[in-house]
Amino acid sequence: MKHTLSILVENKPGVLTRVAGLFARRAFNIESLAVGLSEDPRLSRITIVIDGDEHPVDQVTKQLHKLINVVKIRDLEPDNSVSAELLLVRVAGEGDKRTEALQIAEIFKAKIVDVDRRAITLRVVGANDKLEALLELLQPLGILEVVRTGTIAMGRGRG
Amino acid sequence: MTPDKRMKGSQALVAALEHEGCEVLFGYPGGVAIPFYDALYDAKNLRHVLVRHEQGAAHAADGYARATGRVGVCTATSGPGATNLVTGIATAYLDSTPLVAITWQVRSDLIGTDAFQEADITGITLPIVKHSYLVKSSAELPRVVHEAFHIASTGRPGPVVIDIPVDIALGELAYRDADSIDLPGYRPTFKGHIKQIRAAAKAINEAQRPVLYLGGGAIASEAAPEILRLAELRRVPVATTLMALGAFPETHELSMGMLGMHGTVTANYAVHECDLLINLGARFDDRVTGKLKAFAPHARIIHADVDPAEIGKNVTPLIPIVGDVKQVAAGLVKELEGMEWAPERTAEWLARIAARKDEFPLHYEDPKDGKLAPQRVVQEIDRITGHDAIICTDVGQHQMWATQYYTYAYPRQFVSSGGLGTMGFGLPASIGAKIGRPEKTVIDISGDGGFQMTMQELATAVNYDVPVVVCILNNGYLGMVRQWQDLFWNKRYSFTCIEVQPDFKLLAEAFGAVGMTVTEKDEIEPALREAIACGRPAVIDFRTSAAENVYPMVPAGQEITEMIGGQGRKGRKS
Repeated sequence: MKHTLSILVENKPGVLTRVAGLFARRAFNIESLAVGLSEDPRLSRITIVIDGDEHPVDQVTKQLHKLINVVKIRDLEPDNSVSAELLLVRVAGEGDKRTEALQIAEIFKAKIVDVDRRAITLRVVGANDKLEALLELLQPLGILEVVRTGTIAMGRGRG
Repeated sequence: MTPDKRMKGSQALVAALEHEGCEVLFGYPGGVAIPFYDALYDAKNLRHVLVRHEQGAAHAADGYARATGRVGVCTATSGPGATNLVTGIATAYLDSTPLVAITWQVRSDLIGTDAFQEADITGITLPIVKHSYLVKSSAELPRVVHEAFHIASTGRPGPVVIDIPVDIALGELAYRDADSIDLPGYRPTFKGHIKQIRAAAKAINEAQRPVLYLGGGAIASEAAPEILRLAELRRVPVATTLMALGAFPETHELSMGMLGMHGTVTANYAVHECDLLINLGARFDDRVTGKLKAFAPHARIIHADVDPAEIGKNVTPLIPIVGDVKQVAAGLVKELEGMEWAPERTAEWLARIAARKDEFPLHYEDPKDGKLAPQRVVQEIDRITGHDAIICTDVGQHQMWATQYYTYAYPRQFVSSGGLGTMGFGLPASIGAKIGRPEKTVIDISGDGGFQMTMQELATAVNYDVPVVVCILNNGYLGMVRQWQDLFWNKRYSFTCIEVQPDFKLLAEAFGAVGMTVTEKDEIEPALREAIACGRPAVIDFRTSAAENVYPMVPAGQEITEMIGGQGRKGRKS
C-alpha cells in the first residue's frame, strides 16, 4: 500500500539533502517527492509517497524524526486527506489522433497549454489514479514527453 | 548573562567552547584553521593537544568522551584535514558517543569552486552524523556551538560536525554566551511511559526465567546504579553487549558476562532459554543475535531505548518503552518495590545458570608452539590492575580476548569501537581516555595490525606526558580474519600474515616511550608492573601464538547456541 507522508521541516539550507540522503542510506525507495514553503516562512513542507509494502512506514517515519530539522510528520490516509498532482504531457497529434486527444482532454478537464502542427501539450491536475488513467488512454496516440510534480497532499478538516 | 563583547569569530568560538565546559580539544592546524589556532594561543581554560594525524584527533576525542561521559571535541583544517576525521566520526556515530568535530572550510565565496583544500565535509559526513552545521555568519557561532553540544550529548548521543568557513572566523560579532535552544524538531523522550513501565514491571515480577540484556544505552545514560538495584531486587541474571561492558559489575554473582558471537556459553544459553528478555539500551545487533529468527525463541521481550527508531527495527517487542535507560530502570525499581514476590520464583533458573557457569567457563591452554597465550596476557593485566584499569582496544581477536578475560567492574571502563569496528582506534582513544581520567591506569590492548594504523600517536603521548600502556598482542597476523580463514576458508591465509614488522620495542624508544618485548610467561607480570609504574608512555610487545582462536564463537548468521569451542571442556577462568 502506498503511503503519503507530509513532513514539516525547518526551512534551512541542506534539509532536503538530509531527508533524501536518509532515504538513500536506509535503502527506502521514494515514489514521488514534492517540496515547497508552508504557511510559516520558517518551515517547508515535503510530501513523500512511499510503498509501505516494501518498507515498514513506521521505521521510515521514526528515522525521519531523528533528523534534527524535521519538526512534524503525518502519515496521510487517503480517506482523510485530499491530494493532487500536476502533470504536463505532450501527445503526438495529427488528424484523427488530434481529435481523440482533444476529446480525452475534455473528459479529464485537461487544459491545452501548447499546440503545434505535430503535437499538443496538456496540463492536468488530479489525484494520482486520475493521472494514471489519462496516461493510459493517451498511450496509443503516442506520448512524447511526461513531466509530473509529484503528489502533494493535505489532511481533511482540521488540517 | 555576560555583557556583549566585540570579538572575532575565532575568539568567539574559543569563548563558546569554554562556556560549554570544554577543557581539552584534539586537533591539527592548517591553512584556513590559522585564525582559530591564533585565538587558541591565548586561551586560558582550553587545552589543545596536537595529534600526529587527524584520525587520531577524532579517536582521542571519542576516547575522552567514552571514558568521561563528557563531549569530546576535535578540530581539523579543510579538505584532507576534515576528510581524515571521517573514520573517527563514523566510529562515534555507530557507537553513539558525544563528539563535536569542528572543521575549517575555505572562504564562503569560494565554496563550490574546487578551491585549494576544499572538501564538502558536511556532505561527506551526512550519513554518519547526528547533525551538522555549515556556519553562515559569525554572529551565529555561539548558538551553533551551544546547540551542537546539546544535540551531541542528549537523547541518543552522537557526533555533530560544525564546518566553519575561514571568513566566519575572521568576522566580528557581539559575543554573548548562548544559553537557550531553539530546536523545534528535537525533543528526545527521556521518561518512559508509566503504563509501559508498569506492564514491564508486571512481566518481570511474573517471569520465571528472566534475563537482563544491557546495551550501550545503559552506559550512556549512567544507569548502572539503577540497573544493579533492579537486578538484585528480582535476582535477574545479566548479559551485556560489548558496548555495555562495565554497566553491570562482572564481579557480581548475577553477571553472565558478554553475549553474542564471542559471548559466554552461559549468557547465550540463558538468552536462548529465558522466558523474559529485558533489553535496556541495546539494539539487537547481528553480532549479538546471530540468526534473528532463532533469537530468544521462548521469551517475551521488553525493549527500552531512548531512540524510538531502534524499537521494532530488528525485533518487535511485546512491551516497548521509549525512554532513557536510567529513568526506565528507576521506574521499574519503583514499581517492583511495591509488588509481592517470592525468591523461589527464579530459584531453579538461577541454579541452572550457576551450574552452567561452572561447567562452561572461558578457558584456554598454553599454545604448543611455546609462544604466549594471548588470553593469559589479558588475564594478567586484569589481575595486576585489580579490575580497575580503563581498557582501550583496537578491533579483532585481541579485542575479543579483552572482553572475555578482563573483569569489568564499573561503567566507562571499556573503550572500544563496537559498531564500526575501527582498527587503529585503541592508541589515540587511550590518550583521550587518560587525559580525561588521569587518576586511572589506562591500558591499550592492541594487535600488531591495528597498532600500526595509528602508531604515530605515540609521539602525542610522549609530547604531552600521557602515560598510557600499550600492550600489543603480537601474533604476526591480522588474527580475526585469519581465524575466519582458518575456520571457514580452508586455511587459505590470503594476505593476513604481516611478514615485515618493525621492532616495536625499538620503535617505542625512537618515539621517546618505554619499549619492552615479552616472550616468556613469567616475564608478563614484571613487564606490566614496570610499564605501569614508570609513569611514561610504554609499549610492550607480547609475542603471542598465531594458532590461538577466539572461542566460543557463533559463526555469523547462525543461532547463538551453535557455538564453536563452547563445549563443556572443564577449565578454569584464571
